[in-house]
Amino acid sequence: MSGHDEEWGEHDEAAPGDEHAGGSGFKEIQIYLLGLLLAVGLTVASFWIAGSDLVWGPGIPAALLALAVAQIGVHLVFFLHITSGPENTNNTLALAFGVLIVLLVVVGSVWIMAHLNHNMMPMDQLMKMQK
Amino acid sequence: MSHGPTPSDVAAVYLQQGPYAQGHDPHGHGHAEARGHGAGGPAPKRVIVGYGFWIFLLSDIVMFSGFFAAYAVLAHATAGGPTGRELFDLKRVGIETACLLASSFTCGLGYVAALQRKQLQTQFWMFVTGLLGLVFVILEVLEFYEMIVKGAGPGRSAFLSAFFALVGCHGLHVTIGGLWLATMMAQIWVKGFKPQIMRRLLCFNLFWHALDIIWVALFTIVYLLGAGA
Repeated sequence: MSGHDEEWGEHDEAAPGDEHAGGSGFKEIQIYLLGLLLAVGLTVASFWIAGSDLVWGPGIPAALLALAVAQIGVHLVFFLHITSGPENTNNTLALAFGVLIVLLVVVGSVWIMAHLNHNMMPMDQLMKMQK
Repeated sequence: MSHGPTPSDVAAVYLQQGPYAQGHDPHGHGHAEARGHGAGGPAPKRVIVGYGFWIFLLSDIVMFSGFFAAYAVLAHATAGGPTGRELFDLKRVGIETACLLASSFTCGLGYVAALQRKQLQTQFWMFVTGLLGLVFVILEVLEFYEMIVKGAGPGRSAFLSAFFALVGCHGLHVTIGGLWLATMMAQIWVKGFKPQIMRRLLCFNLFWHALDIIWVALFTIVYLLGAGA
């Protein structure tokens, strides 16, 4: 096949989601299956914890967030094939930058707005002043 | 008018003959240190396209983080209207989650089949992926419809505005992904497994898996935490 080696030949960098061409595909399917099993386990655990009183009440949000982060990690590794290997350095660095921005936006917003809420005059007094 | 070589001329000569020239091997290792344009040659187009699409996906996730931040800030601003606890049906959310997770899996199986150049298998798994995506979108539209009929539309409270914006934006992504999926199925059927088609398929796979990642954050923060609060 012309252009095949140019597209799939040996190279020391990998695209995100990359898989090895050729072979029986058995190994790739195994990786997807393992990822699916882990993801299903984590999802079931999330839904179960949310509806049960096994975990100490105030600890439930923390447990749910931890499970979500774990599941996102499973998806990244087993479905998107983002690994810590040297051929994945560019992909991982881009991901790290994305995560940094997401954390800044979400944590920053929640933090600032919580302080503003705390410092704001109660609504009924504010209404009186405007009259 | 001749003032000798301009700076851009100098730069061009430097790039052609200087240390960044193709085939130049400063350390005698037999391979270039610099990637991209060294003696090793540029990375395969598949890697470059995949990386570019990865950057787009990350920027899309950054956009979603804005919606997530708005929701997190406004989650308790119900203005006397219904709360998440009264509105969310976790059983339906569970089915939606199962659909999207299964479709992520079948999408991966379709890509493996495409790498094997198996036309019918590829089409089958992509069809299943699309079907699961369709079930997801239908369930979500039903949820929106029921909420709006109950008077809990996006105009009711800041909480509901943020909810409809965030969940609706994700649903819109899944819908667009479904259209892209149908296009890819047709292209694979008509044009076969050409390199450019395989690159598009790689990008589609990344997109679909990324949607599932966003859904994980979404069902945890919006539905599970909302129904418990």
